[in-house]
Amino acid sequence: MFDPSVWTMLGQGLLESIYMTLVSTALAYLFGLPLGIALVITDKDGIHPKETFNWILGLIINLLRSVPFLILLIMVIPVTRAIVGTIIGTNATIVPLVIAAAPFIARLVESSLKEVDKGVIEAAQSMGASSMQIITRVLLPEARPSLIVGGAIAVTTILSYSALAGFVAGGGLGDIAIRYGYHRYQTDVMLITVVMLVVIVQVLQEMGTRLARLGDKRK
Amino acid sequence: MSDNPIIRIENLGKIFPGPDGEFYALEDINLDIRRGEIFGIIGMSGAGKSTLVRCINFLERPTEGTVYFDGQDLSVLTKKELYKVRQSMGMIFQQFNLLMQRTVLSNVCFPLEIAGIDKKKAVERAKELLALVDLTDKTYAYPSQLSGGQRQRVAIARALATNPKVLLCDEATSALDPATTRGVLMLLKDINKRLGITIVVITHEMRVIEEICNRVAIIDKSRIAEVGSVEEIFTRPRTAAAKRLVFPEEHSIEILPGRRCCRIVFDGSSSFEPIIAGMVLDFRQVVNILFADTKNIDGKAFGQIVIQLPDNELIADRMIEYLRGKNLTVEEVDGYV
Ligand SMILES: Nc1ncnc2c1ncn2[C@@H]1O[C@H](COP(=O)(O)OP(=O)(O)OP(=O)(O)O)[C@@H](O)[C@H]1O
Ligand SMILES: [Mg+2]
Repeated sequence: MFDPSVWTMLGQGLLESIYMTLVSTALAYLFGLPLGIALVITDKDGIHPKETFNWILGLIINLLRSVPFLILLIMVIPVTRAIVGTIIGTNATIVPLVIAAAPFIARLVESSLKEVDKGVIEAAQSMGASSMQIITRVLLPEARPSLIVGGAIAVTTILSYSALAGFVAGGGLGDIAIRYGYHRYQTDVMLITVVMLVVIVQVLQEMGTRLARLGDKRK
Repeated sequence: MSDNPIIRIENLGKIFPGPDGEFYALEDINLDIRRGEIFGIIGMSGAGKSTLVRCINFLERPTEGTVYFDGQDLSVLTKKELYKVRQSMGMIFQQFNLLMQRTVLSNVCFPLEIAGIDKKKAVERAKELLALVDLTDKTYAYPSQLSGGQRQRVAIARALATNPKVLLCDEATSALDPATTRGVLMLLKDINKRLGITIVVITHEMRVIEEICNRVAIIDKSRIAEVGSVEEIFTRPRTAAAKRLVFPEEHSIEILPGRRCCRIVFDGSSSFEPIIAGMVLDFRQVVNILFADTKNIDGKAFGQIVIQLPDNELIADRMIEYLRGKNLTVEEVDGYV
């Protein structure tokens, strides 16, 4: 159907998309996970209530989340240039992806951790567990299934953001879709990229759901 | 021994800030819990029982007064020291509060992990405890696969893992059916006897107290209304709060006009035998039983019976004498007639 070079390009785009998504997800969790934990423990019902801190943190997270991703992409260009040295290509796209996804992940983690029964936390406290021990041995392990489900949501969302990043020449399948489908009117290439994206989303989502169910001992 | 209680609660108060001003959840609580006893704390819902038990291990910091655990004032401890002290106070809960993503074995190991005990030793100890609570066959099961009673036994094993001196039980049987409740109570009694652990039992059910406690405190509207041995409180409740708990049915008695009534109090000095029936046979006169609430504790009778005496004054007088002769406290009451 296509020139082999188109297939090579699509394959390359696929790999780039996967690379951006995975690296961005990992980096976004590096920031989002601690932020989510901080939101939960400093909540007024948390193990270390700090209402003002909690309020400010919540505000910053909401502000970041309310900026549309396309605008964020452009806004963080100076930051990207400072960190990566360029504003084009997959590595450059990772910067806005991480900035956009971290607050989103913080909220996902927050909602997962809040599902942990308060009684279990109280039981751990009654045994003399420190706050750190409660986080690492109670909150995170007890919320594991929900965190995995959240992880699947995060990774698929980041994948679709990474496709959007094609607008600013960020590499990956989105980049190809824009160049061929929009600038050159080659809709067939664009369609293929869409199909590929749909398949990756399906696979990731299914993996996440299964992993969560497999590891859940509640039923 | 009583001058060195395991837990001493001194002038303890707890204020919660509420929407309409401060709310005293606990006020002026003074209690000594003796080494090795099973101490009950009973009260109606909202009386402050859970708050009190949470103050004992400082999960809730009292706003007034303090708690001494084994002679140590808990209010002066640093966080780390408090963590350490909590390891000598096990706690179990109404909702069991097990870690749902861990096996039974791993749940029992949990407090040992917290205490920094070597994994191999922890597993060994956990297995001992599972044998103690008779759950060896569930070692590798998950809590969701267990019944309520089994879950509570896991919770008990877990609470005992660090060899605590005290076991705090907050409504530990309230989510269980009567038969399972009995099983758990017997286990607690057995643990108290075998390991000599002091047990503090919080409940709103009198039968839990009568089943296992040596002494009991009645908490009513944030205050201690009465403290005493279970026998004392059962036979001669002094306060209205205590009477409500001991004789909850008394209010519903139909009042009959006309004749003399008397209340017979069983304080454990007579054996559990049919005294009234014996008297009826001896006198060949019937009496009307208006109210009876007696309990057989270790073969001794506790509680009270209110009877309506026969019309004949002489026989009525002689019946009272007869009962007093049986070592019972008898008082004439007007309330019923
Ligand atoms: N963290 C809190 N903040 C404000 N009020 C509280 C708090 N904890 C408890 N209270 C109030 O203190 C009172 C006593 O509560 P507590 O839980 O000790 O009662 P309880 O005797 O255990 O009742 P129950 O039998 O229903 O468990 C209640 O009126 C409750 O609303
Ligand atoms: Mg309670």
